[in-house]
Formats: sequence, structure tokens, C-alpha cells
Amino acid sequence: MARELPYIAAIGEAVHQEMERDESVLYFGQNLATNDEDPFLKAFGSDRVRVTPISETAEIGMAVGAAFAGYRPVVQLYMAEFMLVAMDQVVNEAPRFHYMTGGQVKVPIVLQAGYGFTAGWAGQHTGSIYGMFLGVPGLKVAVPATPADAKGLMTASIRDDNPVVFFHHYLLTLEHGDVPEGEHVVPLGEAAIVREGGDVTIVAIGWMLGKALAAAEQLAGEGVQAEVIDPRTLAPLDTATILQSVEKTGRLVVVDQSTRHGSAAAVIAAEVASDGFSSLKAPVQLVTSLDATVPYSEPMEAYLLPDEAKIVDAVQAAVGTTVAA
Amino acid sequence: MWRIRVFEERVGELTRADEVHGLIHLSVGQEAVAAGVCSQLRADDAVYSNHRAHGHAIAKGASLELVLAELMGRDSGLCRGVGGSMHLVDVEHGLMGATGVVGGNVPLALGSALASRLLGGDQVAVVFFGDGAVQGGIFVESVNLAALWRLPVVLVCENNGFAEFTPRSAHTNVERVSDVVAPYDLERETVDGNDVGAVHAAFGRFLAEARGGGGPMLLECLTHRLRGHYEGDPQRYREALAAEEWQELDPILRLQRRGAEEGWLDASTPGRLEQEAREQVEEAVGFARESPFPPASLTSELVYA
Repeated sequence: MARELPYIAAIGEAVHQEMERDESVLYFGQNLATNDEDPFLKAFGSDRVRVTPISETAEIGMAVGAAFAGYRPVVQLYMAEFMLVAMDQVVNEAPRFHYMTGGQVKVPIVLQAGYGFTAGWAGQHTGSIYGMFLGVPGLKVAVPATPADAKGLMTASIRDDNPVVFFHHYLLTLEHGDVPEGEHVVPLGEAAIVREGGDVTIVAIGWMLGKALAAAEQLAGEGVQAEVIDPRTLAPLDTATILQSVEKTGRLVVVDQSTRHGSAAAVIAAEVASDGFSSLKAPVQLVTSLDATVPYSEPMEAYLLPDEAKIVDAVQAAVGTTVAA
Repeated sequence: MWRIRVFEERVGELTRADEVHGLIHLSVGQEAVAAGVCSQLRADDAVYSNHRAHGHAIAKGASLELVLAELMGRDSGLCRGVGGSMHLVDVEHGLMGATGVVGGNVPLALGSALASRLLGGDQVAVVFFGDGAVQGGIFVESVNLAALWRLPVVLVCENNGFAEFTPRSAHTNVERVSDVVAPYDLERETVDGNDVGAVHAAFGRFLAEARGGGGPMLLECLTHRLRGHYEGDPQRYREALAAEEWQELDPILRLQRRGAEEGWLDASTPGRLEQEAREQVEEAVGFARESPFPPASLTSELVYA
């Protein structure tokens, strides 16, 4: 049975259900459980639900050490940027250990990190920084775009034996959608074809999925049928699903809220250019933020971000071009 | 201590002969800390080490063969040749994590200590770090959290007076590491880290308290790194120690002198121990040399658990 839930509640439900199912799941974070009525604290107690100081490095490092002993900590970081102060632990400790020990240890931790809060939060709390984690072998990266996927990917992240950075989008927080009750698992590494079409493939990440679907509806009115793919996880990346779609459509537009250089969009474009070149009938189009820090002023913020109109333009450019075979 | 000393001197030779490759840090001169601490621990007590890890690994029970095979990049090594000198881990003996980033191991030990508390056990976590790690934010965050949650972890600082290539005076105005943690209300002590008896006694007190529910504690061991920061370090930043000064400091000679003075060590025992250590190390060299390198496919097999 599914019922409507907001995206953020779907994530909380996944953590709650996994804590009920498995005593080894712990929940750490700053300002977590600010009073005795907190539902996590009431259900699981202060041993498993732990309020931490503002010490991201110690929080994440401690989670890694507890994971060696068989625990499955979820570290609530609130803002993805707060991970940046703890990059040694995120990049150079957690994902290295299984590998460097020749497989002696596992590090099943989840770093829950909100991102992309482009609603006047200005330069330091708005980044879509998942791209910088794609060059970190051993780390998995989830970017749910819907409430159902948010629940299913969080469940899979907690059950996974590797460190997972779970990026949830702040502007999706209160978006409602059908969410299955009870156990719901969305495997890491499987993209979803959200809309089928034969003229162009649009790969859209996170918050961009809704904009890409709106653009696709508009384009359908103009006779262009777009296939829309949500990668759902960026590491591992389901390259096969994207390549199969491009084989069918011959055209690719990648939509990513992050800055262009070093982005997930650039990685996806490179994979298709490398392994799907013979399918392409037009150059790959990237619709990303400008390579600039997110500004505070609202018109500047809108100017920087990808939107429906920019996606439509990119699709029209892709569809309007055919290179010689 | 002889096993560590002879092993590391041999590793130095093998490094110069290019049989051991990469960045190698030796702990010659600091053996009393590893021995005085690890000899009192159980296999289920988690130890975290750092870039200078050989002594901690051997003292915690890792086999000389497997450590040397690791240093020579062999499939039979502790970490199948993937980790190397700076990342020695031996889960079977409770050597949980050696990290090559200064200070990076300190919060990991808090995680083991937290797990011990949650499981209701009496396991104690120990983390070794140098005086150079103390000036990093990660150290302060970890001390604060360990003290706040009263975690059973003993922080063991090997203060050899040098952080890589510069003396402590270039890093901080605070002379004693034990003074750095004073405001956090944790037990702390500074001992002569080249006196294995002093290390053993102080750590033994802390260990007993931590087993009984106490913690955290900080043990600062003042010691001397006889060799450079890494093998090949030209050490232009300090004067070489005179031979007679080293005779006074050497933790092995000091223990032998004490044993002779107190009458519990006969004249032949040190030579016998040294000889036994040399034989064990040569066996390890033979084992490692005969071990195959890991298959190249291991590179991608280990990326995800």
C-alpha cells in the first residue's frame, strides 16, 4: 500500500524502520532530538540516537570506527557543505579501509547530507556538490528525486556494506508523493526510466527531474518525445540504462544543478561519448548551473540555475542537429 | 622490543636495496611505547596506529612474516599488499586502523570505544599519535567528544619532539601534550617513554580504570626518534645524536641495564633475545621473498565490499 508522504518524512520513515529492524543502526547528528518528545529518541533511546557537538570530523570518524565493530551509523549532517570540513574522513578514511585492508573490514555508514538550497541561502549552503565525490572509489552516492525513491534509497544505503553519501535536496523537502508502506528498497546503482520517448534522452539529477519532466510535456506538444531518466545513484552509475536509451534516441541532454566543470553531467557525457559515440546523431547538450558560486539576489540566482526553458532550448538544439554518419 | 628493533633495521636495509618500496617510516628508538602499551592488551582491544605503524603492529601480535610480506607488496601480506607500511591492519589481533594522515585515526578509536560501551563489554580502545597530531582540529574535536561521552579510550601520544621535519617549538607554545587536554577533565600523565617500565606502569593504571568503566585518558610518552621522519630523510634539521647520548636513551639498553642492576636478567639473555629476533626476521624475509604478488584483478575486486 502506498500513501502520500513528503520527501523528508519518507527519509525519516526509512531510518526509523531500519532502526526498528536492526539494532546495529545508530543515528548521530547535531541538534538531533532536541527534546524528549523526539520520536527517534522515544523509540530507540539515547544510546542509539546521539546528539553530537558541531564536530563533523569526529562524528564521521567515530561512525567509521563503530562500523568496524559491526554498527551501521547514519550521520545526519543537515548541510552537504558541512562534510567539507571533514573531507579527510569522508574521502580518505571511510572509503579507503575496505580496500586498503585487503577486505578485512567493512564500513557501512550513511552520511545524510542536504544540498541545493537555492532559495536565498546564498553562497555557502546551496552547492550541488555531489560531483566531487564521484572520483572517490569505494564511496556510493545517492541522489533521490522523489519521496518513494528517497525512502527506498535510504533503506538500501543503510543496508549497504559500504559508505554511502545520501544527498537529499532541500527544495524537495515538502514535495509529496506516493510512498510504499513497510519495507521499500531501491537498489543502489539502478537508474529509473521515468518517461519513455524515442526522440531524445534527458538524464536529470535530483531536483532537475521535475523540471525535465515539465520540459518533456511542453516538448510533447511540439511533437518531440523525450525519454527522461533519473540516475538515482551517481556511484555506482547505471551507465548501461543511459547508453541503451541513447542507442534508441541518438540524442542526449544531461541536466544537473551543479556547476558544469567536474560535474556528474560531464561524467555522464564522457561515458556516452566514449561508449555510445556511434549512436549519437548530435552533440551532447549539458544544462547545468553556471560555473559560479550561487548568488544571494533572487534574479541572479535564477539566472545561474538550470530551468525548464533552458532544458527546452537544449533539447531543441539536440533535436535540430543531425551530424553526418 | 628486540623483535621490533631488528625488524625495522632490516626493513631499512631492504628499503635501500629496493626490495621494500614506497614511503617507509621507522620507529627505532620508540619501541618502549609500543611494547609497554600493547603487551597489556587483549586481541579484542582495538588499537589504532599511524604512518609509523610497524612497532605497534608487531607489539599487538601481528606476525613478522605477514607484516614483511605486506611491506614487500605480496599477496600473503596482512592486507594482501594493498595497504603497505602506512596502512597496516590486522583485525585478528585487534590492530584496527593505521592511517597515513596525521590525526586521522583519533576519531576512529572513539568509534571502537563507543561500540564497546554500547555492547556492554570491557574492551578498551587505544590510539597512537605523535605530538604533531595535537595541533590539528581533529584532535580537539575527538578529545572533547571522548570526554563528553566518557568513552573507554586511551590516547597515547608518542612525543618525539619532532613533527615530521620541525621541532615542537615551531608548532606550538605548549610544551607538554598532557597540558593541552587539561580543561577537558580527563586523566593525563607524562612519562619517560624510553623507560618501558614507566610506560607499562602508567598505561596499566589507565587500562584498569578504562576496563572498569572509566575514560578517556591521555598518556604522553616522551621519546626519541633515532632515524629520520622517513627512510632516506637527510635530516638537515637536526644534529645527529652522539653515540654516548644514544646509549643513555636507547630503551633496550636501558631495560638491560636495569635488569642487570636489579638482578633479574642474566648476562646471556639479551644476546640470546637479539639472536632469536634476527632468526625470526630472516625467516620472515625468506617467507616474503617467496610469496607471489597479488593478482592485478584484486585492484577492482576490492573497491566495494
